Parts: sequence; structure tokens; C-alpha cells
Amino acid sequence: MTLLLKVTDLTVEYPTRFGTFQAVKNLDMRLEQGEIHGLVGESGAGKSTIGQAIMGLIPSPGYIATGDVELNGESIRDLSQSQYHKLRGAKISMIFQDPQTSLNPLLTVEEQLVETIKQHSDLSYEEAFNKAVDLLEETGISDAKTRILEYPHQFSGGMRQRVVIALALCTEPDLIIADEPTTALDVAIQKQILDLIKHLAKKRSVGFILITHDIGVIAEITDRVSVLRNGVLQEVGPTWIILQRPSHEYTKALMAAVPRLDKKLDRFANILDDEVRLSTPELLWKVEGATSEFASEWLLTGERHESDDKPVLDIQNVDVTYFKKNMFSFGKDEGFKALDDVSLSIPAGQVLGLIGESGSGKSTLAKSIVGLVKPSAGNIEFLGEALKFGKNRSRKDVTRRKIQMVFQDPYSSLNNRRKVEDIIGEPIGFFGLAISAAEQRKIIASILELVEMPQRAMLKYPHQFSGGQRQRIAVARALVARPEFLICDEPTSALDVSIQAQILNLLKDLQAQFGLSILFISHNLAVVRQMADQVAVLKNGVLVEKGEVDSFFEGPKDPYSQLLLAETPSADF
Amino acid sequence: MLEAWRRIKIENEFIYLFLNNRVAQLAALVAIVFILGALLAPLIAPSNPYDLSTFDILDSFTPPAWSEGGNPQFIIGTDDQGRDLLSSIMYGMRLSLIIGVLSVAFAAIFGTAIGVAAGYLGGRFDTIVMRIADVQLSLPAILTALLVDGIARGLLPREQHEDLLLVVLSLAIGLSLWVNFARTARASTFVERNKEYVQAAEIIGLHPIRIMLVVILPNILSPLLVIGTVDLAVAILLEATLSFLGVGVPPNQPSLGTLIRIGTEYIFSGEWWIVIFPSFALIILIISINILGDFFRAYLNPRLR
Repeated sequence: MTLLLKVTDLTVEYPTRFGTFQAVKNLDMRLEQGEIHGLVGESGAGKSTIGQAIMGLIPSPGYIATGDVELNGESIRDLSQSQYHKLRGAKISMIFQDPQTSLNPLLTVEEQLVETIKQHSDLSYEEAFNKAVDLLEETGISDAKTRILEYPHQFSGGMRQRVVIALALCTEPDLIIADEPTTALDVAIQKQILDLIKHLAKKRSVGFILITHDIGVIAEITDRVSVLRNGVLQEVGPTWIILQRPSHEYTKALMAAVPRLDKKLDRFANILDDEVRLSTPELLWKVEGATSEFASEWLLTGERHESDDKPVLDIQNVDVTYFKKNMFSFGKDEGFKALDDVSLSIPAGQVLGLIGESGSGKSTLAKSIVGLVKPSAGNIEFLGEALKFGKNRSRKDVTRRKIQMVFQDPYSSLNNRRKVEDIIGEPIGFFGLAISAAEQRKIIASILELVEMPQRAMLKYPHQFSGGQRQRIAVARALVARPEFLICDEPTSALDVSIQAQILNLLKDLQAQFGLSILFISHNLAVVRQMADQVAVLKNGVLVEKGEVDSFFEGPKDPYSQLLLAETPSADF
Repeated sequence: MLEAWRRIKIENEFIYLFLNNRVAQLAALVAIVFILGALLAPLIAPSNPYDLSTFDILDSFTPPAWSEGGNPQFIIGTDDQGRDLLSSIMYGMRLSLIIGVLSVAFAAIFGTAIGVAAGYLGGRFDTIVMRIADVQLSLPAILTALLVDGIARGLLPREQHEDLLLVVLSLAIGLSLWVNFARTARASTFVERNKEYVQAAEIIGLHPIRIMLVVILPNILSPLLVIGTVDLAVAILLEATLSFLGVGVPPNQPSLGTLIRIGTEYIFSGEWWIVIFPSFALIILIISINILGDFFRAYLNPRLR
């Protein structure tokens, strides 16, 4: 094996108005031909910056402060811009996260591939075309000769990522940097793409740098792995050693925070956080009498449904059809069936995990329960009474308070122009849950305390918080309505592993404390394994399997569930 | 005190960007000088061009003070009536700015209300209102303004029309500008209404009006503010055009546009100052307002930085 890439003492700095920020600090890295090297870390760890530094594409005003990058024994820091430009593409290629945006939608695949090949070689059009077809076949696109003439939107997500890989390969580079190449893909397709990368690395002895936050992906295909945190290398070594016998504290904590498929844990280990502790005035600021105990008591008061053996929510034969609005269809509306004859029931005080890939109708089901979507057939009973749908559900309907929802993306689910106090106060005011403004303040402060936020947070705006803190605020907003039923739509898929562990812990605690019934929607099987009592699997709008969580994960009956379970990358060896 | 200022300088994004942008500083300085000069005109102008008794026809066509035949009393000369040009410009700019601000305020409130409602409610309301906006857009702004002014002249008795002149003009100009606000507000509302925070408000059953005003509106203000600054310049120009065409303010109360119209009649007979100085004042005011608008856009849209 020969050395392909050597990075020594690399430091990347960004001047900001608060002083210089070091995105990467004194990093050393080596990569051999045909090796797949994983870079893992949470957001802000500097993974992508390393990729950009090697490509020479650090966005202005960032710059490389110290260190050297050597490719095939030659330093590429001494190169001029135009020499670098030739090197990029010819020797180093890149695969991006989202295949939707990394291909030009207005050019056919042929035009994009052939142009790139001709740019970097003297081949004639004919030869370049043949090479492009060969590449597509190599990356696993069948019938490449006809498909090459199509536009990117005619390919599915996974196929498109194959085209992107073919595009990266067409200059025969020595090194390919893959920045989260499978994050935007479903599990089954992710597995295929990872296999393809592994195959290519071996066959063409191309070096891959694989940037990802997913430990499962790392375990699946990398040979060696570097663990990064805040721009500092924590640990580097062969993948199996790092994953099985991590020596660094941070790696240990990170591994412990990854949800496991094989067994259910009571709690996740909290990752050690060396975040600057909030300064004392921040913690000392308190609304008089506001404590988390007050919040728990307050949440348990008020009218509540007597718990009995009946299910909280009973979904009976629900169909949802979306109609295309077509001006000239004359009443013959074409429909797309998002949910087909789905029946489910959620027992009181239990968590139902709803699993499905993108487009399987998970979110549609959640939306029909909260009344944003109107089912075309079927019934949903809540506490024994039929729920009204869409516009038939009046604004005063009591179920609007009793059913609450936590959304997927904490960056868009909170109104950026309103203070946290107003965001959490909105349901209190609207449902008239507080007698006075003073009481409302006290409730808001107590709820914040309950979700482990400083009370002073109520004076700030959402953009002053990190993703995990925002999700806590979103949970507080849902809780404050005193719901009996909570829908969590992928509540952690936008968060880092360590933050995900904290939010899941919080949800578990709250569920146990208040006996909430939860519909927990996720595409991540390991997360569902940790959270749910019951499991249901949706595929293209059809319910394929439901059952107890333990028996499901030990032996799923439906072939689709078996496939899902087999293809989920696992952090184990 | 100094320490506090230093901290503000770093932590407040607006002040930080402003202090690092020489062009924006210059534009702000010019705009402030012009606006103050216009607002304080009755106090600081050398003479009152609206008061017939203060000027003399014998002083007419006096060139600027530094050229031959100039009179130090009239720094940049006089017009065909013998009015001091500097005072006329100050009073004229006052009129232009008042009409500009009034018409933009009218257009912004009307246009934003319609745009947000169309974007949020969608459906038939959206279709109808936006088609009307398209029709409006296909008419040149100046035609709309002329039309409204003409109707007002026809409907109102002459004296009343003169009393209400400012309002009629602002309405006429505002009506030709609201489409910009409506289209932008509608497009931004469309983007925002599908975000989860709006769904969260819908789920608990908030009233649609509250959702539009309290939840959505604050989130779409930034593009509207930018349009506001650009349209302020457009409105001042429109008023100048209307006055230039003779349907704007009356000649005894000259706005910048009236001054330019008077000046063009004499531009070839050697009295260049009557057209040049009001034109420069107008150009510099509009450029500085536009630069400030650009600065706001850069501040409010981090992707442009």
C-alpha cells in the first residue's frame, strides 16, 4: 500500500468579529490508496472543513493558518490557483450529501458526464460517451445506454447518487471526498450506495474520505476512522478498535449515546459536555415560586380522562387520498393514495413507534390526527369519541388541547421573531389555562425548568439556542397545553447523536411521569427500539406489521420489516 | 461607558456591519443632511419661496454667487420668478419627501395586507386578487397615477382638490406601487405558511387573523422593508414626473419636479443652474436612499454578505 494523502499539522482559521475561530486545530491524517477513512463527529466538529481544506475550497474569509497537505508526495499548498483548479477534479473529486441539488437539473446525464470527461482528457466525443456509459454501468445503473440520455429528475434518489458517483469517477481521481453521501437516502438505498463505495475503493484503489455523523455507516465500510470534536482530533485508528475498544473518553461517550438495535436501555448515557457552563446570573434569574415541581403538579391538575383499558386513540380503516388539482380534468380528479386502510390503536400510557421510509405516509397519519389533513375514508376515535377532520374541527374543539405535536425540525417549528415566553405562552393564553399574567409567567418558567432549561431562556429568541435546546422548547410548548396524547414526528432526526440521547431521555422521563400516550414517528429503527412499547411499520401507505416491540425486533414477520432490520447499519461488528 | 460601546460595536450585528461599510455611512450622512434640511426648511432656509412678498421679479435669473453677475444673497442663483433656488430646493424636497413617505406607507399597508391574506388563504381569493394585481402591473405606474389624479380632479371641487392635493397625489402614487408589496408579501407568506411553526399555531386552533398578523407577518418583514426603501425613491421620482408633466403640485408651491420642469425651459438659453441644482439634489437623495436600501438588504439577508 502506498501513501496517498498526508495531512500534517493542519489548522484552519476563520476571522469573525469575536476574534479568530479555529475550525480545525493541528490535525494530522494519513490515507493510503484504496483505503476508506471515516471522519466522525458532531456538527461543528470541523469534518467538512477538513474536506474543504484538502479540496482548496475553504469559503472566504477562512484560510489555512498552518500545516501542509501532500497528495502523492507533492505538497498541494504551494500550487497556484490555476494549477489547483486542474488538480481538483483530475486527482480529487467530491460526492455531496444531496443528490437532488448536486446535479444540474437542466442538463441530461450524458451532457454532464461527457463534458466533464472531455474537460480533463483529449478523448473524442465518441470515446467520452462510451466511457460515460461504462462508468454508469460500473456504478450499477442498468440499461445505461438509454438512461444516459435522461435528465436527473427522471432518476430516483439512489440512482441519482450513483450518477453523482459516476461523475466523481469520470476523471479517474486518486482521492474522493464523500461528504455525508447517504444522509439524504433511505436505509435500503443507503446500504446499496455504501456497498458501491466499498467495491469501488477496492477495485480502483481510490482513497475515500467519508465524512459522516452516523456511527452505523462508519462501522459498515470504513477501514480507519478519525474521531473529531470541536476541530480537535480525539482518536484515530482502525475502525474495529475505535468502535469496540475506544480509549478516549469522548469516543466512549459517543458510542454509548448511539441507540442500539439489539437491546432496550433504560436511559442513554449523557455525553460529557464541556460546554461553557452558563454563567451564574443566567441560572440565578428566577421567576418567584417557579420550580420544576410546580410544573409537574400543575401539569397533573385539571380535567383528565379516567384511564381505563380502552385505547386512547383508535384509528379505524383510514384512507387519505391527495387529489391533484387539475384545471381541465372536469371532475375526474386523479388521486394519490397516501394512506390505504390503516387501522391502529394506541393503549393509554404507552408509546407506539411508527416506522417507515420517506413517502410511506407517516407524517400524513400524524397530520390527519391533528386535523391538518382530511382522510377520505375511515374514522379516528380519541378517548372513545370520533375526531372531526379538517375544517369540521372547530377552533374551540377540546381535542386541540388534548392532542399536541412535537415537530421534526426545531429550526422551523419555532417562530424566530417571538420570544420563548410568547411561544410557550401562546397555548396557555389561547386555552385560558392561567388565571393571571403572573401565573402564566410562573408556569412558563416552571415548564422551562422541567425540560432542563434555565428559566431566563424565556426572555430570549429561538435563534439564540442550539438545535437541542430548541427542541426542548418545542417539547415545553407541547406540554404546556396539558395534553393527554403527544405526537412526536421524527423529533430527533435533525439532531446530533449526543443531543438525540438527551432529548430521548427527556421524553422518556416525561412520559413516565405524566403517563402520556405517545405516537412516536421515526425512520430510525434503533431510536424506535429504545422508545416504543408497540411498533407499527408503514410501507407506501399500507400497514405491513404491528406488534410488541421486543417480539418485533427479535423476529419481524413481514419480509419488508425483515429487510429494514437487516439493512440498518449497526455500530456492532 | 467606552467599554460598553466597544462591546456593542462587536455584539450588535447592525452596528458592526454599519461601522464596516463606508459607503453606507456616507449615504446615511447625506440622507440625514437632506432630510433635516427639508424638514427644518421653514427655520433655516434663507427665504420663503411660497411667500410672494419675499421675492422680487427683478432678481430673476440671477446666476450662482460665484459666477459673473452673481449675488451673494442667492448662493446658487434664482429661478424665473426671482425665488432663491436653495430655499426652493429645501421646500421642494420637503414636499417630495412627504409625498414619498405617505404614498409608500399607503402602498405598504394596503399591499402587505392583501399579499399576506392571498398567500395564507390561497384558493379563489388568491387567484382573483393576484389577477387584479397583474392587470395593475401591466399599466405603467405613471398612467395609474395620472388616472387617479384625473378622477380626483373631476370628482372634487377645485378648492377642495387643492386642499387635498397631497393626499390625492400620495394615493395616486401609492396605488401604482402596492403591487410590489402584495407580490412579495404573498410569495414570502407562501414559504412561511408551510413551515412547522405555522402548523403548530394551526393545530391549537388560533384564529387565522392572529396567525397572519402575529405569527407570519413578523417573519416576512425584511424583504418588505427593502422594497419600502427602494419604492421611496421610486415614489419621489414619480411625484417629480407628475409635477414635471404639470399634474402634480401647483407652480406656486414648487416640488423638486416642478423646479426641474421650470428649469428645462431655460436650459438652452444659458440659465443652466435652474435645472442642474434641483436635478442633482434629487439624484443624490435617491442614490443615498437606494444605497441604504441595499445595506438593509445585506443586513437582513445573511446570504448576500
